[in-house]
Amino acid sequence: MMPTIGYYALVLALVVALLQGVLPLVGLPKNNGKLFAFATPMARIQSLLVILSFIILDYAFYANDFTVYYVATTSNSNLPLIFRLAAIWGGHEGSMLFWVAILAVWTLAVTFFAKELPLRFRSSLLAVMGLISVGFIMFILFTSNPFERIFPAPFDGRDLNPLLQDPGMVFHPPLLYMGYVGFSVAFAFAIAALLDGRLDVTWARWTRPWTTAAWVFLTLGIALGSRWAYYELGWGGWWFWDAVENASFMPWLIGTALIHSLAVTEKRNAFKAWTVLLSICAFSLSLLGTFLVRSGVLTSVHAFATDPSRGLFILLFLVIVIGGALTLFALRAPSVGLGEKFDLVSRESLLLSNNVVLFAATGAVLLGTLYPLLIDAMNMGKISVGPPYFDTVFVAIMVPGIFLMGVGPIANWKKASVPDMAGKLKWALGVSVISALLVPSMMGRLSPMIFVGLLMAFWVMSSVLTSMKIRLDAMPSATLKQKLNTFGRAYNGMLLAHFGLAIFIVGVTMVKGYEREHDITMQSGETKVINGYDFKFEGILPIKGPNYVAKQGQFYVSKEGKQVALLTPEKRLYPVQGAIMTEASISINPVRDIYISLGEELEEGGWSIRVYFKPFVQWIWLGCVFMGLGGILTITDKRYRIKNSA
Amino acid sequence: MKSRHKRIAIIVAGIALLAIAATLLLQSFQSNLVFFFSPTEVFEGKSPQQGNFRIGGLVETGSIKRNGTDVSFTVTDTVKKMDVVYTGILPDLFKEGKGVVAQGKQGADGIFIADQVLAKHDENYMPPEAADALQKAQQYKQNAATAGEVK
Repeated sequence: MMPTIGYYALVLALVVALLQGVLPLVGLPKNNGKLFAFATPMARIQSLLVILSFIILDYAFYANDFTVYYVATTSNSNLPLIFRLAAIWGGHEGSMLFWVAILAVWTLAVTFFAKELPLRFRSSLLAVMGLISVGFIMFILFTSNPFERIFPAPFDGRDLNPLLQDPGMVFHPPLLYMGYVGFSVAFAFAIAALLDGRLDVTWARWTRPWTTAAWVFLTLGIALGSRWAYYELGWGGWWFWDAVENASFMPWLIGTALIHSLAVTEKRNAFKAWTVLLSICAFSLSLLGTFLVRSGVLTSVHAFATDPSRGLFILLFLVIVIGGALTLFALRAPSVGLGEKFDLVSRESLLLSNNVVLFAATGAVLLGTLYPLLIDAMNMGKISVGPPYFDTVFVAIMVPGIFLMGVGPIANWKKASVPDMAGKLKWALGVSVISALLVPSMMGRLSPMIFVGLLMAFWVMSSVLTSMKIRLDAMPSATLKQKLNTFGRAYNGMLLAHFGLAIFIVGVTMVKGYEREHDITMQSGETKVINGYDFKFEGILPIKGPNYVAKQGQFYVSKEGKQVALLTPEKRLYPVQGAIMTEASISINPVRDIYISLGEELEEGGWSIRVYFKPFVQWIWLGCVFMGLGGILTITDKRYRIKNSA
Repeated sequence: MKSRHKRIAIIVAGIALLAIAATLLLQSFQSNLVFFFSPTEVFEGKSPQQGNFRIGGLVETGSIKRNGTDVSFTVTDTVKKMDVVYTGILPDLFKEGKGVVAQGKQGADGIFIADQVLAKHDENYMPPEAADALQKAQQYKQNAATAGEVK
């Protein structure tokens, strides 16, 4: 009974979404206020229906209702409750419903927090979001119905993939989707502005907090996913340039460009058409990413062939959304205008270079991600693009970008002077060069890549401090608290996010430059010295988990007689799927991780074991957290709490 | 210099820079493409003599030999076989009779020296490359059979 209600709630939501999408747009040419008035109530009803439908499906997971085919394929009655509830986004159908549910959350947020927008503008904004919802709900109802029943019901479910049975599964997908789908708000803002033919400073001011919010979610979501991969996949990598990862990274890169270009549009009324284009691109890449990951195109291109209706629908939807948006852009962009002029050297031009860099980086990632798919789709063989491509190209593109990042915040709007900036930054440059040489000499090895990486990190840090100092010096008499307040949270947030990136670069550079990997074999009771640490293998304990059994290794790690950690890596067997999982054990500290995972039990006795030393690896995710906090700080700036300006 | 000349110079410099960047990018792209071959194709000499490539198929039953962290096994597409050596820890789902993809170089003795062995996430899932190799081998067998009939 319940699943049927969930299904019809979704059908009803489709009807309401159509009204939400069509009525305000019909009213647009004649400025029909009566039709505009439909937008908000329809949006709210639609959102609530979708959320209701989502809750009903999740209730089926809670209640172990295996008459629902989707529940039977992705859950199991022995699965711990929290994973059962999260299993809803563990497969294709559920994640699509989850996507629309997140869109509903953003739509509701718009109806409540965007009251100050003029009625006409808010209505077309909600209409665009309604149309996106129509597309997705149709996709779910016609090709991927999560409420499909199966009779007789199987005795138990096929279980959630053991790889996904981890706290990461509870938080990573929601954060990531909040980010992906959040760009739909920026997209809808852009389309509404194009329809209106009006794009001014207020527009940018409205859009900014929404875009930054989506960006914060995406940043944290990607970081969490990376950390999850680091400990769960068992082999200590934190980024694999895997197509699925790239799919989430591309919207992030364009989103980052968008945040920066929005800043210019708001402050200087420049880059207007470009900002609109970026908003369209960010959401298009989000859509592309969702579909690449969730449609099965990536695991195998042939998934398209096995379910042609699904593949075709996806393609059609992408063409309509992206094509439609770009056509509208081509028609209306001239009326939006390019905006104010600026000098060759100015904060505008530096932010423009930032955008070029991020755009180029996205292009490079896109090429490496889609090319193998295209080649395969055209039956020209199977290829893969090696991570070295991404590494080299990415570093080459980002280094100039990061250099400019140090310069940008101290440059003046409209016209900046090179000698003046050089004078302000010469200390920062000196300090970073010296530090970038000093740290490697302490670590005992210097390579060009390590030097460049650290130079960039210290450069960003010291230039952030320089920008703060310049501002502080400008107000000699104020107290520190007053000073920080006058900066404005947006500015402080920006500096914090930049500082976060510097921390991230430190982590990446140190791990890449100094990590150690040891594949060894050990007998029970044996002690081995690895990288200056004594590893004593005490033996293997049998462990019984809620839905798995495991062999748990006991390793005492000590240095110079002092115990550092007891590490307990596991080899788990999940009987439902017959899957074996390697569970790593990690000793974490700010300057190094010791990471150990069990290989195989050897015929001659003992185990093969992999041990990693990962210096500063936690800084990678710490940096991302700082970026996220910086974004949050920016959103809370007073300037965005606008009174009715219509 | 007049401002118009200046602007032209900047545009030319910008385009030159972009062209160089694009060339470097494509070069790096090309040198990092890793192609996939089935054991049959390798046997027919289609794979590169130097440089990395991928092979795939099934791990032949009874072929896995371990010596500490050194492992050797045979990959088959049911028509041709290839011996593979690898040092390190294999993924959890690496099993006899299951699909596998290995990346590395072919040594002078014909043995494939893998620096990466992939077996994918779940039990019944076959890496697409491995499935592809088996499919090709099937066709090869059929072709061979029909060719035999003609003779």
